[in-house]
Amino acid sequence: MTAEVLGATPMQREAAVTIFEKGAAGRRAFVAPDSGVPERDPQELLEPRLRRQTPAALPQVSEPELVRHYVRVSRRNFDLDSGFYPLGSCTMKHNPRLHERVAALPGHARLHPLQDPERAQGALELMWNLERALGEVAGLPHVALQPSAGSHGELAGVLLTRAYHEARGEHRTKVLTPDTAHGTNPATVTMAGYEVVKVGTNAAGGVDLDDLRIKVDNQVACLMLTNPNTLGLFDPNIEEIAALVHSVGATLYYDGANLNAIMGRSRPGDMGFDIVHYNLHKSFTQPHGGGGPGSGPIAVSDRIAPFLPHPVITRSETGDGAVFGFDDDRPQSIGRLRGFQGNYGVFVRAYAYICSLGAEGLRDASETAVLNANYLLARLRELCGDDLPLAFGDRCMHEFVLSATPLKKATGVRTLDLAKRLLDHGFHPPTVYFPLLVDEAILIEPTETETKETLDEFAQALAAIVREAHEDPTIAQNAPYTTPVRRLDEAAAAKTPVIRQQAA
Amino acid sequence: MSRYTAVTEDDLREMLATIGVASIDELFEQVPEGVRLGRELDLPAGLPEQDVYAHLRDLAARNTSAEDEVTFLGAGMYDHYVPALIDMLMSRSEFLTPYTPYQPEISQGGLQVMFEYQTAISELTGLPVSNASVYEGPSAVAAAGYLAKLANGKGKFVVSRGLHPHSRETLRTHAHGYGIEVVEVPLRDGVTDPETWAAAIDGDTAAVFFQQPNFLGAVEDAKALADLAKDSPAVIVGSYDPIPLGILAPPGECGVDVAVGEGQSLGNRLDFGGPSFGFFAATEAYLRRMPGRIAGETRDVDGRRGFVLTLQTREQHIRREKATSNICTSQALNALAGVVYLGWLGREGLVELGELLLQRTAYARECLSALDGVEVLHEQPVVREFALTLDVDGLDAVRRVIARCQDAGINPGYALGQAYEEHPTGLLVALTEQRTRADIDRLAEVLREALAAERAGAAAQEVRA
Repeated sequence: MTAEVLGATPMQREAAVTIFEKGAAGRRAFVAPDSGVPERDPQELLEPRLRRQTPAALPQVSEPELVRHYVRVSRRNFDLDSGFYPLGSCTMKHNPRLHERVAALPGHARLHPLQDPERAQGALELMWNLERALGEVAGLPHVALQPSAGSHGELAGVLLTRAYHEARGEHRTKVLTPDTAHGTNPATVTMAGYEVVKVGTNAAGGVDLDDLRIKVDNQVACLMLTNPNTLGLFDPNIEEIAALVHSVGATLYYDGANLNAIMGRSRPGDMGFDIVHYNLHKSFTQPHGGGGPGSGPIAVSDRIAPFLPHPVITRSETGDGAVFGFDDDRPQSIGRLRGFQGNYGVFVRAYAYICSLGAEGLRDASETAVLNANYLLARLRELCGDDLPLAFGDRCMHEFVLSATPLKKATGVRTLDLAKRLLDHGFHPPTVYFPLLVDEAILIEPTETETKETLDEFAQALAAIVREAHEDPTIAQNAPYTTPVRRLDEAAAAKTPVIRQQAA
Repeated sequence: MSRYTAVTEDDLREMLATIGVASIDELFEQVPEGVRLGRELDLPAGLPEQDVYAHLRDLAARNTSAEDEVTFLGAGMYDHYVPALIDMLMSRSEFLTPYTPYQPEISQGGLQVMFEYQTAISELTGLPVSNASVYEGPSAVAAAGYLAKLANGKGKFVVSRGLHPHSRETLRTHAHGYGIEVVEVPLRDGVTDPETWAAAIDGDTAAVFFQQPNFLGAVEDAKALADLAKDSPAVIVGSYDPIPLGILAPPGECGVDVAVGEGQSLGNRLDFGGPSFGFFAATEAYLRRMPGRIAGETRDVDGRRGFVLTLQTREQHIRREKATSNICTSQALNALAGVVYLGWLGREGLVELGELLLQRTAYARECLSALDGVEVLHEQPVVREFALTLDVDGLDAVRRVIARCQDAGINPGYALGQAYEEHPTGLLVALTEQRTRADIDRLAEVLREALAAERAGAAAQEVRA
C-alpha cells in the first residue's frame, strides 16, 4: 500500500490556511459601543509618547468567517469524545458534560476572584469540600488547591520540602528521583534549587533498594516517587522505602499522575508519603483541552502543613451555620505560587465528579481502570506477546509497558511506526518511548471508562499492525496515510523555526 | 458499575477469565497488606446527575457574581464581555477533549491554533517570539525570572512596587528556591520611582520587572524604565495588561526583552481566578530559553503545510533536569479563547476598545474624584483602571463603604489598603466595555451615599466617645 494508491483524503486536500491569511481590510466581528460619555481629546488623556503608533496586525474577519475558520480547524483534531486514547500516565478518561454545565453557571463562571469572601460563600464551601475529599483520597489531612497543574504542584511540593528543612536549620542539597520518573520531576528539582540524584530500578521494576540505601544520606531533602510507577507497577517495598527516606529526615513526595490506579484501595498518606500532588485533569476528569487547563492541588502531612502556600480556606461555625474564609496569616508559608486561588473552574468540575461518584464510585473507577488495563494486557499478550512483550512483571495496575524491541529486530518496524500506523486505524497511540529505561517503550493506559469492545478493537488493531509489519514493514514505516497531514518534518521545524505567521 | 464505567457482570466474568484471576481483589495483591485501605473512603455516597447539578447550582447561588451586581472590581482580572462564539468553540469536543498534541498528524487543529495564538501575541506585544501559553499572570512573571536566572546567572531581581502584589509574591516564592534576592522599588506619584529604580539596578541584576499599566492603574513610562536598565546585564521584563495594548506603546518598541501577562481579559471568564492563561513573549535572543510549548510550521512527507511542537529540547520531557522550565500541561484551551477573542476584536476593534475604555475611565475618574471626601490617588495617565483615596478612617472603613455600595448593587472596586499599607484608604476602580455611563453615574451616586453614611457613622462615634 502506498499513499499514491490511496490518494489524498478530502481533509488532506484542504490546505492549512491561518486566520491571518484570511479576511480583508475593514472587516470586523466586533462593533464598539459609543462611549456615551463627554468625549475628551484622546491625545490629551494619553500623550503620543506613550501611545502605540501602528495597530497590532490582528485578523480582519467577519464573525461568520471567524466561526467557520475555527470550526474547520477543529476538525483537524482527534479528540477523546470521538475516539480511544490509551495514553499511559495521562489518564484520558471520559469528561462528563455535566461538569461543563455546572462550571458555566454564572455564580461560578462570573465570580470575581477578589469578591468579598462573605459574598463568595458558595465558592469557598466548594473549595473546602473539595479539599476534604481530596485529603481523604490521599490520606493526608491538609490540602492546598492553588497549583495550576501537576508540575506546578511538584514545584510547590519541593519548595515545601525546602521550607520544612530550612525551618529546622538544615540546608540539604539533593533530591532523589527514580530513573522511571516523569520529566517534570527532575526539571522541578532544578527549579527549586536542588541537585537531582537518580535512583535505579530493580529487576522487578521497583525502586532498587540497594541503590537507594547508597544514595540516601543527610544531604537528601526528598525522594519523589510515582506509585504505581510509570511501569504500571505498585512498588511492594514502599513501606521500606518510606522508612529509609524518613530515617535520614528527608520527605517522601508522591507524584499523583497515577493516582487513578488506587483511589479507595490504598492511600499515599498511609504509605508514608508526606506530600502528594493530584492532577485534577487526570483522575478527576477535567478535560485536557489540547494541553490544559489542568490543576495540581497538593496534600501534606501535619509536619509540612505550616508551610503550605496561602491563602488556605478556613471554616468556622457560627449560630447561623458554617462560615468560610481565607487565612492569609501564615508566617511560615512558602507564599503564593500564582495569582488568586487557583483554577477554580477546574475545582468545580473535579468536585462535581466526586459528588457523582462518591466513595464507592471512586473505588470502582480505580478497580475498573486496573481491570481494563490487565484485560488489555492479557489480550495483547495473547495476540502479539512475542513481538511486543511486557517489559516488567506479570500483571499491572492501571497501565503497563510493552517493548517493541523484538518486533524491531524481526521486521525493522519501530514503536514510532506502530504509533503512526494506529492513527490509520482511528486510535490515538499510546505514550511512546517513555519510560526511558525501556527500549522501544509503549505505555498503555486504557482508563475505566472504555468498554470491553473498545479494548478488543484496539488489541486487534495493534495485532493486525504487527502481522502487517511481518509481511511488509514499509507500510507501518510510511504510515499514517489517512490523517489530515502525514509524517511531518520535525527536524526542519526545529532547525529553522517558523513560529508565527510571517507578514504578507 | 457507575454511569461512567461499562463493565457488566458478563464482561467481568469474561475479563477475569482472560486475565486468569478469580477476582478484582487478586489484581490488587501487588499492594502490600500494610498499605491497603481496607475500608471505604469517608465520602458521601454518589449522586445522580440531576442532584449533582442541583447541589452545584445551590453553591453558585450563594456567590455574588458579575451577573448579580454591577462590578468595577479589577485588580488583575476584568469583567469583559465574552462573545458567544467563544463558548461554542471552547465546548467543541475537538478543542475541549484532546490531549497535548504530541501526535501532530491528528492534532493539526490544536497546533494551528497555537501557531495563530503565537502570531497574535507576537503582534500584540511587538516581540517576535511567543510560546503557546503558561499558567496565568503572576506565574508568568516568575517564569520570566527563571529564564533570566538561567540566561545570565546573576543574583538579584529588581521589582517595581507597581507590579501586582500576587506577581511580586509569586516571584519571591520561586526565587527563594533557586536563591535569588528580590529588591523592591517604591512608587512615587503613582509610578515607579525612576531614581530608586536606576540606583537598584547594577551588574549583579538578573532581571528587572515592572507592570504596564501598574497596579494603581497608572501608565508607566515603559521606555524610560527599560532605558535605565539597558546597560546592565538584566533581562527587562514587563508584565502587561493585554487590552490596553491596542493604544499603549507595545513592549517590543520600548526595549522590553520579555513581555508577560494575565490573559484572562482576552475572552476568558472570571472563574473566581482561573483557569485563564498567561502569555509569554520575548526577543529573538531568548527563543531557545523560552518555557513551555511552542508550535512551529513545517511540511509533511507529501509537502503539505503542517504544524508541530518544536524546539522541544528545551522541555522537561526531553531535557529533564536541564529543562528551561518544568511546565507540562499549560492552558491551551484558554489560549484558544484568547486568540479567538483577538480575532473577534480584530485589528481596529482592539484600538477602538482601548479608546473607549480611555474615555469612560477618564469620565469615571472625574465623576468620582469630584465627590466630597474622594481624591485621586495619583495624577498619572490611566486607561482602564484608576486609584482614589477616600477620606475615611482606614482599611476597615473602606471595606464598610464597599459593602454598603454592594448592598446597593454596585461593587465599587478593590480596597487597596489590603496590599498597600501606604494607601490604607485607597480604592482601585476598573472599567470594561460592559460598564456604561449609566453604571458610572450610578456608582458615583452610590459611593456618595455610602461615604456619607460612613462619615456620619464615624462622626456619631466620635461624639459618643
